[in-house]
Amino acid sequence: MKTFFRQTKGYRLVSLLSPLLILVEVILEVRIPFVMSDLVTYGVQGNAGFDYVLREGLKMILMAFVSLVAGALAARFAAVAGMGFGSNLRSAVFEKIQNFSFANIDRFSTPSLITRMTTDVNTIQMAYTMAVRVVVRSPFMFAMAFYYAHKINADLANIFIFAAPALLLLLGGMALIALPRFKKLMKKYDGLNSSIQETLINIRVIKAFVRARHEKDKFQLSNDELRDASISAEKLLILANPFMQLTIYVCIVLVFWFGGKLVIGGTMEIAKLTAFINYITQILMSLMMISMIFVMAIMSRASLTRVIEVINEKPEIDDSGADPSLKVADGSIDMENVCFKYQKNGQKNVIDNINLHIKSGETIGIIGATGSAKTTLVSMIPRLYDATEGVVKVGGRPVSDYTLQNLRNEVAMVLQVNLLFTGTIEDNLRWGNENATQDEIENACRIAQAHDFILSLPDGYKTELGQGGVNVSGGQKQRLCIARALLKSPKILILDDSTSAVDTATDAKIREGFKENHGDVTTLIVAQRISSVEHADRIIVLDDGKIDAIGSHEELLGTNKIYTEVYTSQQEGSEK
Amino acid sequence: MAKGNKYQKPKNTKATFLRLLAYLGKSKFLLLLVFAMVAVSSVSVIIGTSYIKTITDDILLPIIGQKITKELMRPLLLTLIKLVAIYGIGLLGSYAYSRIMLQVSQNTLHTIRRDLFNHMQDLPIRFFDTHTHGELMSRYTNDVDTLRECISNSFVQLVSSVISVAGTFIMMVSLSPALTGFVMIMLAVSFVAVGFLGKRSAKNFREQQKCVGKVNGYIEEFIEGQKVVKVFCHEGIATNDFNTINQNLRRASTNAHTYASILMPIMGNISYISYAAVAMFGSMLIIAIPETSFFAITVGTLFAFLSYTKQFFQPITQISQQFNSIIAALAGAERIFEIIDAPVEEDEGYVTLVNAKINADGEIGESSERTGVWAWKHPHRDGTTTYTEWRGEVRFENVTFGYTEKKTILKNITLYANPGQKIAFVGSTGAGKTTITNLINRFYDISEGKITYDGINIKKIKKSELRRSMAMVLQDTHLFTGTVRDNIAYGRLDATDEEIIAAAKLANADSFITRLPDGYDTVITGDGSNLSQGQRQLLSIARAAVADPPVLILDEATSSIDTRTEHLIELGMDKLMEGRTVFVIAHRLSTVRNSNAIMVLERGEIIERGDHDDLIAQKGKYYQLYTGQFELD
Repeated sequence: MKTFFRQTKGYRLVSLLSPLLILVEVILEVRIPFVMSDLVTYGVQGNAGFDYVLREGLKMILMAFVSLVAGALAARFAAVAGMGFGSNLRSAVFEKIQNFSFANIDRFSTPSLITRMTTDVNTIQMAYTMAVRVVVRSPFMFAMAFYYAHKINADLANIFIFAAPALLLLLGGMALIALPRFKKLMKKYDGLNSSIQETLINIRVIKAFVRARHEKDKFQLSNDELRDASISAEKLLILANPFMQLTIYVCIVLVFWFGGKLVIGGTMEIAKLTAFINYITQILMSLMMISMIFVMAIMSRASLTRVIEVINEKPEIDDSGADPSLKVADGSIDMENVCFKYQKNGQKNVIDNINLHIKSGETIGIIGATGSAKTTLVSMIPRLYDATEGVVKVGGRPVSDYTLQNLRNEVAMVLQVNLLFTGTIEDNLRWGNENATQDEIENACRIAQAHDFILSLPDGYKTELGQGGVNVSGGQKQRLCIARALLKSPKILILDDSTSAVDTATDAKIREGFKENHGDVTTLIVAQRISSVEHADRIIVLDDGKIDAIGSHEELLGTNKIYTEVYTSQQEGSEK
Repeated sequence: MAKGNKYQKPKNTKATFLRLLAYLGKSKFLLLLVFAMVAVSSVSVIIGTSYIKTITDDILLPIIGQKITKELMRPLLLTLIKLVAIYGIGLLGSYAYSRIMLQVSQNTLHTIRRDLFNHMQDLPIRFFDTHTHGELMSRYTNDVDTLRECISNSFVQLVSSVISVAGTFIMMVSLSPALTGFVMIMLAVSFVAVGFLGKRSAKNFREQQKCVGKVNGYIEEFIEGQKVVKVFCHEGIATNDFNTINQNLRRASTNAHTYASILMPIMGNISYISYAAVAMFGSMLIIAIPETSFFAITVGTLFAFLSYTKQFFQPITQISQQFNSIIAALAGAERIFEIIDAPVEEDEGYVTLVNAKINADGEIGESSERTGVWAWKHPHRDGTTTYTEWRGEVRFENVTFGYTEKKTILKNITLYANPGQKIAFVGSTGAGKTTITNLINRFYDISEGKITYDGINIKKIKKSELRRSMAMVLQDTHLFTGTVRDNIAYGRLDATDEEIIAAAKLANADSFITRLPDGYDTVITGDGSNLSQGQRQLLSIARAAVADPPVLILDEATSSIDTRTEHLIELGMDKLMEGRTVFVIAHRLSTVRNSNAIMVLERGEIIERGDHDDLIAQKGKYYQLYTGQFELD
């Protein structure tokens, strides 16, 4: 809840003003029928006279006018408060996610984070806007109307002591039965949508196997289920209005009967009876609104929990313990007894007791089967993940001694799953270095073998890329990503399977380029292809999180079983 | 973003509205019943209110101050019993219409969803190329949702409001024309307010939706690329950029919500101003006008009139609040109808595939049983029918094709594949490899040239039969929610367990399937995310194997899979290809090398053709590809 209130910052005044104005509006709204009853009682039936009627009448009109202004302002303030709060919340969640480490992101998963930031935040924003207006309005309306009803006649007001709980009981009972049905409905709804999504993804398979009929039949079934679930849930909800009307009607009839007696007996003026009937509606309507707030609160609670989970998540890696003035001295890498597992209470180490010393400027190849933890191993160098045990050192100092900014500016990593963003090619390259000159950009692209194909595009470096870099091929994308990383002029460069879609000749040219221009840069190449690593100074063969062997291509070939196996199977494909 | 259209104005409001009515009209009788019940409910409220006058003027006022006896109270009792009856009927009416309307609206939505889905299944692949999944999904989510709100609430409210306003108006006029005239002036004022707010509200909602689209797009892109953001220390810039567009959204949505929510207090209070003014003028009338005058009113009349005044403004407020939702729903309906109206995949084919038996003298006849031999049944215009044995021979003759008229993808392609031959296509991205395979099963129709299957022009073959006669293994393997067994059986729905297991064994998938917790009954969820990429590919090979057709279209995966699984897939594919005519978009050199013919494509043309040894000897593009000097993408 504290997290929640923090997001009202900057909008607290309007968040309070809105309910205050609503109080004014409610008081006036409830007061008007009362004034009316006085007007008729003293002005018409009594002999207070024409002037009294005019004076009180104008007073009433003025009251309604003030109420209009208050109500309109309250609505405006509620919108300002609600949207402001929603915007704060969205920014807070976004900023928080920016601070997440890879482990944090993995724990939530990307689609879930997106849903939390869009659908969930919207639900909360709507609930908050409603709350600012209704949470105050309805209980206060209830209290005020009851107060005036009581003032008119205390005995007659007792009717509400029975009516109010009765209505709440009816609505509560209805909600109690309806809620699980709505939950079921939401499940059916999600199920239907995900099966539609599935047919869209699979449309070529469906057409190739001529399964349209089959899919239609399947859909018919879920569509029927959805309809039945909707009806079963909503048929309870539609009872709310009749329940409400029933209670109002019962009250009206009873008030006419008992109130009528009081009027005949002379203890109550007839105009007060009319005013009283007015209060019945106001009291019971506000009760219904109150119960609606509860339903909404329950519905948005799930969203709230999900969003607060994100905000309260502790980033696993931050700059605490770092020395901001410390810069990376050179590109040497040392791992001492390093172990890693993704879950703290996980059984097995993904990386198991690795000791490794890489000199500045060395080129290292890393090879191994899927699941041998190649990516995990190199991810610990730019501190994308922290080692569970042991120490990872860069430039002779533990990685946690550097701020993330200082460390990652010197350790460039081209990720396996890499992305380009909406914008021009140049915009994307500048991620590496915002202030890079055109020469620097072109130079990086030449080394990454991207310059030529960029120039062949209609707008060259100014070519717009779609989301995720959709309008370049896989190999081209990988080369752009390498150029982007090179622009950082790092001391350590890590390529995680970054040339898998690039042909071997270009791959070789890229590696040559590195050697010529960045000979002093420590380079780590993770690859499936032997040809990508065979020229490295040393090659690490990883197996199941352990170093199986380290050595040059010549040393490993023939002596290391795994390396030789991979080599042979890849040679089969290209020679014979 | 598709969502951004949510509040756009419908282009043809009237036609869309009528069409929506036609959908509702399918339950004409129920709808009439709904209208009748709405009328009962609204009228009962109006009549109920008139009892205020009766009770005040005729019952209570005359007997004030008298001693209360049973006799004295009898008229009140009788009147109240009548009132109970009226309210009771109204209550029943209001429950009845809600319940019936629920049925009607759910049935209507059910029909619309069904029409939408069924029609979508019949649309050509071309349609799915030009519409994103997100766009199509939002038809089912956003658009059907807004429709639901509109159909289940707005229609009834529209009817009930019209009846209430009309009925209340009649009652008011009959009570006091003078006061009614006054209320009408207030009504005019409120219309001006509604018009003013409505216009701005619609404009601001559109602006808001635009901003929502931007913010959501940014969130999706950056959270998906979050890891890249981290690696480049781009967090600060991302946060700043996000804050800018987030502030824009805040401003736009504050305005949109202001106009939408200010309507309620304004209309509500205009009704209070009317109430106050009616109370004042009414009282003045009672005091100042002699009872015999036409304009004279009683105290009871005033009380009843005051209640009517409040009742009069209520439906108007409600309708004006529904305005945005009705416009949004019509815009959504229009988009739904657009899809329902999209032309379906044409199929003028008439040649079908039948079970056949071949006589000793080589003559082919139709058989009603499963014989294992199949033939094309070819009815001719003169009434005769010929049968051609199904062998799996495919020919392209001078085929030219482009996805759009402007851009030709394939130019003058001629090639043939004899039964059992393996044809490989190699070339860079965009050279037209996938396009060729898409033409064989008529995902797209060619603009020039001819493709024949066992000598029959494929345009004459019924599409369903043509596609049934060949299997496809696509590059990106997508699976369906369901068990492993279901997914394999997708190739042939009536496959027996033995056949499924045999297919899995052939595809080398059996060993990993049996190691899964529930074996063949393991449930695959969310596009097979609980299986590895390699395992999914093995399943898709099994799926094709169970279909067992003589022609196979294979799009090899490029993604990096570890050497062991890669080897399994290779073996599986090789077994699947045995004895079939295969078109393969090859990425593996071993596949290419074993092919009977290799077609090297560049910019939509076959630039080299021949088997591996021929092409190596030519020292052309293939030689370059093979020796790794070009990307095999």
